[in-house]
Amino acid sequence: MENLKLFAQFTRGSLIAVARGGKPYYAWLLGLGVLIGLGLVAYGDQLSRGLITTNMRDQVSWGFYIGNFAFLVGVAAAAVVLVVPAYVYNWGPIREVALVGELLSVAAIVMCMLFVTVDVGRPELLWHLLPIAGTPNFPHSLLTWDILVLNVYFLINWFVVTYILFMAFTGRKYNPRIVLPIIFLSIPFAVGIHTVTAFLFTGLKSRPFWHTALLAPRFIASAFCSGPALIFLIFRVLRKVGGMKIADAALFKIGELLAYAMALNLFFVGTEVFTDFYAQTSHSIHARFQWFGIHGESSIAAYTWSALGFNVVALIIFIVPYFRRKLNLLTLGCALSFFGIFIEKGMGLLLPGFTPDVLGEIYEYAPSANEVLVGIGIWAVGALLFTLMVRVAIAITQGKLRVARA
Amino acid sequence: MGIFKDRKERRTGAPGEKCGSTRRDFLRTAATVSAGAAIGAPAVASALEFDFEAFLQKNFRELSDAELKDVLARLERKYSEKYGKPVSVGAIGPMDGVLFGYGLDISRCIGCRRCVYACVEENNLSRDPEIHWIRVLEFERSAALREINLEDGNPYYEYSEVPAADKFYLPVSCQHCEDSPCSTVCPTGATWREPDGIVVIDYDWCIGCRYCMASCPYGARHFNWGEPNLPAEQVNPNMHMLGNTPRKKGVVEKCTFCIQRVRNGRLPACHEACPVGARKFGNLLDPNSEIRYVMDRKRTFVLKAELATHPKFFYFWGTEGRD
Repeated sequence: MENLKLFAQFTRGSLIAVARGGKPYYAWLLGLGVLIGLGLVAYGDQLSRGLITTNMRDQVSWGFYIGNFAFLVGVAAAAVVLVVPAYVYNWGPIREVALVGELLSVAAIVMCMLFVTVDVGRPELLWHLLPIAGTPNFPHSLLTWDILVLNVYFLINWFVVTYILFMAFTGRKYNPRIVLPIIFLSIPFAVGIHTVTAFLFTGLKSRPFWHTALLAPRFIASAFCSGPALIFLIFRVLRKVGGMKIADAALFKIGELLAYAMALNLFFVGTEVFTDFYAQTSHSIHARFQWFGIHGESSIAAYTWSALGFNVVALIIFIVPYFRRKLNLLTLGCALSFFGIFIEKGMGLLLPGFTPDVLGEIYEYAPSANEVLVGIGIWAVGALLFTLMVRVAIAITQGKLRVARA
Repeated sequence: MGIFKDRKERRTGAPGEKCGSTRRDFLRTAATVSAGAAIGAPAVASALEFDFEAFLQKNFRELSDAELKDVLARLERKYSEKYGKPVSVGAIGPMDGVLFGYGLDISRCIGCRRCVYACVEENNLSRDPEIHWIRVLEFERSAALREINLEDGNPYYEYSEVPAADKFYLPVSCQHCEDSPCSTVCPTGATWREPDGIVVIDYDWCIGCRYCMASCPYGARHFNWGEPNLPAEQVNPNMHMLGNTPRKKGVVEKCTFCIQRVRNGRLPACHEACPVGARKFGNLLDPNSEIRYVMDRKRTFVLKAELATHPKFFYFWGTEGRD
């Protein structure tokens, strides 16, 4: 009972915390609101006219939406890298980092679900996926697995952050006996959401580009490049505008971790390139399309090479201790890593898989303006959600939001 | 040729037939209902724009016989009203001892695409945006002597110039795989392989995620990217719920071997339309069927055999040495 009352207070306090802020805060919210509004208008158009508003067609039947989905699953999974040292090994400096990482996970999974929803032709029938009411094709369809693990991972992260913040709000320390088992559970699930998402693609024998055992390991490696990089960038912003105190040691730790992840990721890219180009088969045509283009269609190659360039420069920054200890250079490395993986794992993963199509046709896809607007709208929803949650987290961790003791 | 020796039994309610009533019954119901609808229903229909009954409709495979009957009646009512003519929607089921198979004689096909257009008319395909269930690929004959590499196929050749010199043609539609990768990945169980080998889609249950399209090795599946457009005067009113009922935007569709025809003892529309007899069809389990004649006497092959999908669509060279 006491806890329920406290939780009501916690909720009320949180709402007040997100509603109050300075001019820059309101301007930021307004900006996101405008982007969300534009996204909604674009999505409304898609709903009324159909997915013909996108540039996807039968030949390339998934595009920008599913590319973003695959990328964001990685961002969501990466939080766990920071959570483990923070709670399991009780490494102090990374505690705040872990909390923000988990909030980012929650926001990223919401974005994942939105990206899948906007990609579906008849979203009103999504209830067909539910047990009992619908007829989910479990365990055969990997998509049903993905929905399951994403939801569980979402609940785990949501519970942990809410519990820790609530305890801090009431001035108590969290109970490790509650937190640790859940943290331990979140580790296999973080790996799980990404493995299952990779298996969505690996499981398609019709698409040789994805039908490789290396896809899941690559997904994990690239996730550990993009997720922590994004957290790093967010931290630099939060230190400036959010007034959050984050030790430099925590940021440098992220840089160190990124060195391992990016080295592994580039090694994987290299092994795939070797396999496809040293012993070419008719299936290598997808890799040729990816790196050089075929029949004069080569716009994707420019993206592939720029992603490689971004990632190589990022690796050099991460790996050379002299560069890694310069905060601004590290920031550049993180930005390069984030965008490099975004290209590599979004369009870079989707398009060569579909091009040429199963009957050999080349349809060169680029997202339509409408598609991009919907996508930006979803990113804005994620940013908004994250902003509001972080605002509460900062207020509580800094002691500005505390239970009112009678 | 006796493709269906058992045609008579099928018409009169063979075992395994999903719905007790015959097509004639459906036609009669449709006529009555549409007459009734003309009097009072439009006002009610317009008041209730959102069709809850359709929205809550169950997966085809979970419908009881009574529920299926209701659904079919509702669909008949809906389409009869929409297209202004009596429409029959059946759901005749598979028959024991039947496994459908298709044969295509590459040496005869002239690439005229009459099959493509017969299919469009028979199966109520959208005219705009244009959807084709059959895709005819044109290959260089000299290259073909070495191999058929699908990457060399051209689906956009000029219609008026066929058969072009030194070219040969390969029509591709749903291969009705025994181990169908499309139905494995479908998250809602909206597509499956029937006991007679036809891979079908419940168009009302499909959520349009297109996972099946990514999974199909033959490009057989097509998505309704926009609102399908089907002129009322061109509607084929003889429908099967899992075959040629008009689709909505946002769902996937594909060839069903003309389920509404073949389960009633008729040949697929593409087979009938072929002017050179390149298309063969029948019951693979019947030793006297047309398809068995081909299977027993010709060297056949399937597309992408290495994927172990075991298609029931076979290609062969019927006339050796023809130029």
